[in-house]
Amino acid sequence: MSSVSYRGGGSGWSFVGEETVPLAKRILILIGTKKGLFVAESDGDRKAFRLRGPYCNTWPIHHAILDPSSGAIHAAGGNEWFGPAVWTSHDLGATWTHSSEGLAYAEGEEPVSAVWSLAPGSDGALYAGVQPAGLFRSTDGARTWTHVRGLRDHPTRPDWNPGGAGLILHSLVPHPTDPNRLWVGISSAGVFGTDDGGQTWEPRNKGTRADFFPEDQRYPELGQCVHCMVLAPGTDQLLYQQNHCGMYRSEDGGRSWTSMENGLPSSFGFPAAVHPRDPRTVYLVPLNGDSAGRFMPDAKTAVWRTRDGGTSWQAMREGLPQENAYFGVLRQAMAVDAMEPAGVYFGTGSGEVYASADEGDSWTQIVAHLPTISSVETHVLDA
Amino acid sequence: MARHDDHSGAAGHASAVRAALPVTVKLPAVLCDLFPGSRREVSMVVATVAEMIDELDRLWPGMGDRIRDTRPAIRKHMNVFVDGSRASLKTPLAPGDEVYVLTAISGG
Repeated sequence: MSSVSYRGGGSGWSFVGEETVPLAKRILILIGTKKGLFVAESDGDRKAFRLRGPYCNTWPIHHAILDPSSGAIHAAGGNEWFGPAVWTSHDLGATWTHSSEGLAYAEGEEPVSAVWSLAPGSDGALYAGVQPAGLFRSTDGARTWTHVRGLRDHPTRPDWNPGGAGLILHSLVPHPTDPNRLWVGISSAGVFGTDDGGQTWEPRNKGTRADFFPEDQRYPELGQCVHCMVLAPGTDQLLYQQNHCGMYRSEDGGRSWTSMENGLPSSFGFPAAVHPRDPRTVYLVPLNGDSAGRFMPDAKTAVWRTRDGGTSWQAMREGLPQENAYFGVLRQAMAVDAMEPAGVYFGTGSGEVYASADEGDSWTQIVAHLPTISSVETHVLDA
Repeated sequence: MARHDDHSGAAGHASAVRAALPVTVKLPAVLCDLFPGSRREVSMVVATVAEMIDELDRLWPGMGDRIRDTRPAIRKHMNVFVDGSRASLKTPLAPGDEVYVLTAISGG
């Protein structure tokens, strides 16, 4: 190693005196489950993960993130008894608080039952997507929330229909630098985008199918069942989408979508993840369709990877169960890390987490026997 | 509910005693676990279930949201019983009442 390297970057090296030595890293995997949040933690080698939890009083946790601007973990959930809340820890999980202050619609409306997604905005705000579908914003670290009313004021809202899991705002994609731009995915109303900080929104579903509509109405303005939408890191409008009916790429911020399902074993799945530095490398987990159990195709586990933005696909199977894999992977249950090479992680409906430390080439089961896994997110810390 | 003291001989005194009698509220452990420092049993002077929830929220900020949703109504899987009868937010509370806040059977 001859070059001077840097702290906090992806290379994992630090300059000390006249020598360059590996900079120690910690990898946190935040695992939201039906019964609490768990954290799996490893050194930078990603060979041995230690599990801790359950946190959040075993509430169903649909999504959890570590906000890089504050260092806080936020966990989004909803409890059958007690309703919605966002849990927050400022000490990586040792202690927690919770709040739902402001997560409210007007009196008389169906109340917010759960928080399904979280994302930090470029201006330091935190966004939350909830059920029934709506968007909230916090500027005090999830202590209080303000309704972003423009989305639910959209004139098409009476036409929004719930998907199988309810009318949920699950995909929450802030623009990386412009706080006025944001995309959301709602099952099954489709994708919406705003360019004015959430005051006005437009449906962005052109080119995505709705196979569950009559044959001559399969490309509507809205009503598509988006399952997961992600922005390619390092870009500002390259989006990928796993839909109930196909996989898609948009190079214009969702204004038009192109199918990229050719070469995949089915058009159905839930999660999508993009390589942290290569915007054309995408990971999907296609399932065996929507009406045959929603299992791994042929009961053999595979993560499918493209290196060319969806033109061609390869099945990544090494180390993954190749028989009797009757599980699925939910929409927020796959993530990448920022290491070099990139790590890829996914959690199953049957409570296992699989990890790849080589960009998907090979896999290891790092956690087992958890409750149903709803979400997986990662964060790399200096040790 | 009769709580007369027929032997007091002083109606004004009896009325004052009644007004001073608080309501006793009993909370489930799983709710108190969410609010460190909260107690399973608390006394308060309130006139309705809604006022009782307001007072719980004053004592332990955030507890109100866990019992009452934004319609507003008692949450679907929470129950409030007043002297053995299921209550709503409008149910009046009389001095000396015992109120149980309970979680419904649910889960999986």
